[in-house]
Amino acid sequence: MAGKPKLYYSKGRGRMESIRWLLAAAGVEFEEQFIETREDLQKLQKDGSLLFQQVPLVEIDGMKMVQSRAILSYIAAKYNLYGKDLKERAWIDMYVEGTTDLMGMIMILPFQPADQKENNLALITERAKTRYFPVYEKALKDHGHDYLVGNKLSWADIHVLEAILMTEECKPDILSTFPQLQAFKGRISNVPTIKKFLQPGSQRKPPPDEKYVAAVKKIFNF
Amino acid sequence: MSGKPKLHYCNARGRMETIRWLLAAAGVEFEECFLQTKDDLTKLKKDGSLLFQQVPMVEIDGMKLVQSKAIANYIAAKYNLCGKDIKEKALIDMYVEALADLNELIMMHAFQPADKKEQNLANIVDKATNRYFPVYEKALKDHGQDFLVGNQLSRADVQLLETLLMAEECKPDILAKFPRLQSFKARISNIPAIKKFLQPGSQRKAPTQPEEIPGLMKIFQ
Repeated sequence: MAGKPKLYYSKGRGRMESIRWLLAAAGVEFEEQFIETREDLQKLQKDGSLLFQQVPLVEIDGMKMVQSRAILSYIAAKYNLYGKDLKERAWIDMYVEGTTDLMGMIMILPFQPADQKENNLALITERAKTRYFPVYEKALKDHGHDYLVGNKLSWADIHVLEAILMTEECKPDILSTFPQLQAFKGRISNVPTIKKFLQPGSQRKPPPDEKYVAAVKKIFNF
Repeated sequence: MSGKPKLHYCNARGRMETIRWLLAAAGVEFEECFLQTKDDLTKLKKDGSLLFQQVPMVEIDGMKLVQSKAIANYIAAKYNLCGKDIKEKALIDMYVEALADLNELIMMHAFQPADKKEQNLANIVDKATNRYFPVYEKALKDHGQDFLVGNQLSRADVQLLETLLMAEECKPDILAKFPRLQSFKARISNIPAIKKFLQPGSQRKAPTQPEEIPGLMKIFQ
């Protein structure tokens, strides 16, 4: 019986990926149990593991945590990735909510009708370039530090890196007008725990493909 | 120039209402600046007040906070509504995130096209009575305490009350099968700061009426 956190989700990114990133960045080893069929999900629902009948579920420190934001906040606080005081935490929360909105748009892309794909992709690009990335670019430029908040690695840096890489998968040259973010990307990718997570064979999940989309639709019945 | 927090949003519940509840429950007086036209929003965007070009925005403690969850987190932590330790906070956060999901469903109901309204309402009632309310009913039953977590008032209690009342606006007898939630509702409503907020003339906003929607949409176009 390991003391490692145990993650329950389908074998893909979805709402669990940010949690994988955060644990990995914190240097925390974790186990995963993959939900592969509708029956797997129903079993979890029936045995009372899922407070609101939904995954993600993370077993950690004797708790069965659900709700991805609750899980992320707990991990960030536990591993000192949440700033040193309330004000730093507020900045981290603001930055993270922004990237959550952006990544949320990207996450649902494969699940939307094919004829809307081009429009949605255009909107993602526009939002990334005009609403979200300029904020992080400016923050880095203004204070000149290596990290977004408090001159120290925090959840915000990890989340923004995740968002940058995810957005680049949609549009490879998306950082072309953001020199600070390009340097930031290089820097944060080189943090040893993150570097390890970015290597092949890690628990990082690939972008969804058609097969994954079909499986998810079946498991979650939509 | 007061030291009071200043809320920037339209004169409606939307994504600001939970913040109003938390401030009120914490006994914090606040001011409001209502967006009434598209120009009002444009002005805020242009003067650099909105980090991501969006409201809600709350001026508090020298910051211009945006993102409703970030704002709510700050207020809850500042006024000790997050439990006494990281594990209590974890449970509070789980409860609160789920309530936000249900709140979102209810909030969006007003904006549904007429032909989808009935189905949407059925979905709200189904989720409320089968997914969410049983959890809080059980929690209260299991520990028998007055508050959801740690035997003291937290944001979970405030947000649960907010949601119960909004759910009742959708279906007045929605708490029929939840006796503990009924007594919880009465108990938390009687906390002085909350009782005050529930009285007419407070800064609590009314449900959005269909006729208000075109005006609201215009601001955000």
